[in-house]
Amino acid sequence: MQDAPFRPRDWESHPPLIYPEYKSTVYRAPKKPLIPLKQTLSELTGPVYGHESVAPIDADLTRNARKNGEPIGERMIVAGRVLDENGRPVPNTLIEIWQANAAGRYIHVNDQHDAPIDPNFFGAGRCVTDAEGRYKFYTLRPGAYPWQNHSNAWRPAHIHLSLFGPSIATRLVTQMFFPGDPLLPQDPIFMSVPAGARDRLVAKFDFGVTESGFALGYGFDIVLRGRAETPMENHA
Amino acid sequence: MALKQTPSQTAGPFFHYMLTPEQSHYPYRGLAGPATADPTVPGQRIRLVGKVTDGQGQPMADALIELWQADSLGRYAHPSDPRSSNASFRGFGRCATDANGHYAFDTIKPGAIGDGQAPHVTFIIFTRGGQNHLYTRLYFADEAEANARDPVLKSVPAERRDTLIAAKVDGGYRLDIRVQGEGETVFFDV
Repeated sequence: MQDAPFRPRDWESHPPLIYPEYKSTVYRAPKKPLIPLKQTLSELTGPVYGHESVAPIDADLTRNARKNGEPIGERMIVAGRVLDENGRPVPNTLIEIWQANAAGRYIHVNDQHDAPIDPNFFGAGRCVTDAEGRYKFYTLRPGAYPWQNHSNAWRPAHIHLSLFGPSIATRLVTQMFFPGDPLLPQDPIFMSVPAGARDRLVAKFDFGVTESGFALGYGFDIVLRGRAETPMENHA
Repeated sequence: MALKQTPSQTAGPFFHYMLTPEQSHYPYRGLAGPATADPTVPGQRIRLVGKVTDGQGQPMADALIELWQADSLGRYAHPSDPRSSNASFRGFGRCATDANGHYAFDTIKPGAIGDGQAPHVTFIIFTRGGQNHLYTRLYFADEAEANARDPVLKSVPAERRDTLIAAKVDGGYRLDIRVQGEGETVFFDV
């Protein structure tokens, strides 16, 4: 018997494919409607990267690229759970994150912003969720940076996240933002998300995650598509 | 439903140092690249190539394509495939397009899964400006009989099926991906 399919992408939660205020969407997304595909084994499966594919230091961006000292910036922790729509944890799933440094500069060769590179910060990390779907990264709070979308355009501070979940149908790439950021209302990438769903992209400051004398903590839970029918519980 | 989905956001133009570090020459260990199969993996070696273009016909030089496929016997390396046993082949690859919008995967030709579908590869496409990743499939031109019976291909309007069928070329197959406009590739709501 085949596993139950995943619920569809909730288009009231996701941004539209074309959102003219974010100029790069205009010619870079299809105009014809997506064609519905009834999930087959090809969509009910996906790459499996377990705990053997990561090392503990991979989840600490303040340490995984040191050359001659500590990276400069405000240390922070981001931690949370990966859950599905049915409220169940998504265990043993890979999370990959990437971000700008504290000055708002990516290590990427194409980043033209003239803020300084930090020789001790690379800005990439990964971890695998535990049995309860929990994850935790140590990093630096990324800086805001200018971009070319419109006059005086600035991206609010954000962290990119990539997740697989149990199949390619649950694949998600998203961005996490910071509470109270005055740049959020002018960012077309953030604002492209339907109004009722935007707060799901904003982390919550959390004293429970904060480590005394060391780093501020932010909580950020991530919800992936869940199965449309839950399998029978095994009471044996 | 207890919870609502986390919204998707673009991968942006700066994903390479995380998602394709080795292909893009960053000093970081990647988990996947454009070569999917080491020499011990059985199967016919093929190269899949193509060009990704936007709605103005311009090459998309900062796209990421992820590949997901079965092994040469049509088995997926995943617990939901009861036959999954070929642990040496993960079936997953990542390729960043180059300055001309080209991609190239070195992989093996997948077998038919056995559920009536023709042999195929799934592509997932991420781009700057791509607010939601796009799912498409690559079928093989030299599997015409199987393609004619494939239920997913049959669900696509006949005049658009060609956008999913890779032409045989020396050493493999070629399929261009037109994200928007004339000859727009078929993308699926999976």
